[in-house]
Amino acid sequence: MIKLEKLSKIFETPNGGTVMAADKVSLEVAKGEICVLLGPSGCGKTTTLKMINGLIPKTSGKIHVAGRDTDTIDPVELRRSIGYVIQQIGLFPNMTIEDNICIVPDLLGWERSKARKRAAELLDLVNLDPSIFLKRFPKELSGGQQQRVGVIRALAADPPVLLMDEPFGAIDPINRAVIQDEFLRMQTELRKTIAFVSHDIDEAIKMADKIAIFRDGKLEQFDSPDDLLARPANDFIASFLGSDRTLKRLSLLKVSDVMLSGRIRVSAQDDVATARDMMKEAGHKNIVMVGPRGRARGYLHLNDVVEASGTVEEHYQALPTTVNVDADLRTAVSRMFRHDMTWMACVDDDGFFKGFITQRAISHQLGATYRDTPTEGLT
Amino acid sequence: MSRSIRGADVSETMKTRAALVLGIALGAALTVAAQGYFGEIWRTYSEDIIYLTKQHVVLVLISSGLAILVGVPAGILLSRDFMRRYSETLLQVFNIGTTIPTLAILALSITLLGIGFKPAIFGLWVATLLPIVRNVFQGLRDVPAHLKEAAQGMGMTPLHILRSVELPNALYVMFAGIRTAVAVNVGTAPLAFLIGGGGLGELIFTGIDLNDMQMLLAGVIPVGLLSMLADYALAKGQFWLIPRGVNPLRP
Repeated sequence: MIKLEKLSKIFETPNGGTVMAADKVSLEVAKGEICVLLGPSGCGKTTTLKMINGLIPKTSGKIHVAGRDTDTIDPVELRRSIGYVIQQIGLFPNMTIEDNICIVPDLLGWERSKARKRAAELLDLVNLDPSIFLKRFPKELSGGQQQRVGVIRALAADPPVLLMDEPFGAIDPINRAVIQDEFLRMQTELRKTIAFVSHDIDEAIKMADKIAIFRDGKLEQFDSPDDLLARPANDFIASFLGSDRTLKRLSLLKVSDVMLSGRIRVSAQDDVATARDMMKEAGHKNIVMVGPRGRARGYLHLNDVVEASGTVEEHYQALPTTVNVDADLRTAVSRMFRHDMTWMACVDDDGFFKGFITQRAISHQLGATYRDTPTEGLT
Repeated sequence: MSRSIRGADVSETMKTRAALVLGIALGAALTVAAQGYFGEIWRTYSEDIIYLTKQHVVLVLISSGLAILVGVPAGILLSRDFMRRYSETLLQVFNIGTTIPTLAILALSITLLGIGFKPAIFGLWVATLLPIVRNVFQGLRDVPAHLKEAAQGMGMTPLHILRSVELPNALYVMFAGIRTAVAVNVGTAPLAFLIGGGGLGELIFTGIDLNDMQMLLAGVIPVGLLSMLADYALAKGQFWLIPRGVNPLRP
């Protein structure tokens, strides 16, 4: 959907020198994917982004957007077909929210009533009440609300491609996380093709299908977040990703990715001896007790019931905590550490027992990637 | 919420009462004055005052109107990117217009245009031009770069950006320049008399020459009232014409 071929930009400095802001950058963003352009400031990521919609003229190379070579399209027409969001938001203070959202539809000559109706729909999409916000001016909105409007303004004419230049950079961390989640939820429905500039590695991992890491105008690595974290191509990338990059991978994995089957379970009326045999047979130290319909109720620890007799009900302990199967591993591990546990029962949204995760399984999963590449041990 | 509304109500009624009291006081003062000193001035000079005030207003309207007609486009032109290299130099040229005393400009314009109405208009126009050009230029240059970038990035044409983004956002500063310029203009206009341009300066300067206090006041008071009226009208214009989103005067 977005394809860059050997895209270069050379700036001339006032004292006669030249700066290579982008050096033969080639990459391709597939339809419906978010590609985060990541790197330290001055690495050429913003320059590359702005070359896509022609705000910065390219020196050489080719850009294809939605299958068309951008050299063959009038820049003004091109920009109207690409959504654009900037860090400073750029809502026009002299216009109402409604008029701000309708800018591109109006430029494209949409019928007025159709454009206004679209503005109301979009406000609904980001949970801002149209009856309140349509007629307000930007200065009457909070920073977070303004940024939401900035994003939906870019979506107004339903462009297939979106360019976002640090769109959530100026928002406080709490609101930023909320808006990021909101945006990702919208994206699962809208499936836009997005190029997204960021300098925040955590944001990149959260948002990206692909990450492009830049340094000094060069594209250093172009990979999925997990592959990038597991196999950084060089020391610069490894240090940019941080020494805790393996831990960062936790947020990319779901509990269900490492969960062990919950087939082994007992119910309250079962005999303790049965439970003990099941644990020994499976080689487990614990077994989860479920309620009549399969909700996780408690557990037995093997050492506590070695000599015991009677039913499970008489011996079980309550589960200190459980984790949802859809949660990410970062949440799961954090909860495990908090409760000083080496394993945890996993439940679905209704509390039904689905399986369990262990620290061993998690570290095995993270380590698996490194064992694939023998050189990793040497470096 | 309700408390603040009531608070606003209270201050509004206070204002109304204050205005009423002031009005009564002024009315009383005028009635007394009409009998006495000021009444005598009015009885003596009313014909001159009316005639010369008309002339004065025409001078002000034409010269500041021309200054706005030329100053606004000039300011817009200077603020364009392709003019960036020359804009400061050119503004210095406009600056000279204010550095040279207005009286000197008026005198100089006689050499170009002779004596009468035309050189007076020209002199006032020069004096009024700079604040307008300067503020239009500054107002447009102060429009945040990211607004222009957002506009361009969404596919607006340069003319559309100027019309829908730059001018509305610069309007407050531009208006402030026009307000200053008109204040300068009204205050300078009496000098027009010195080069045969007419206006209320005739009463003022003749009054000075003849050491006639009544004649002097017959010129000075209308000039003062005119400048207050002009400023009031422009302030109202500033309040109502500038879009609410970029008008610091409106909540």
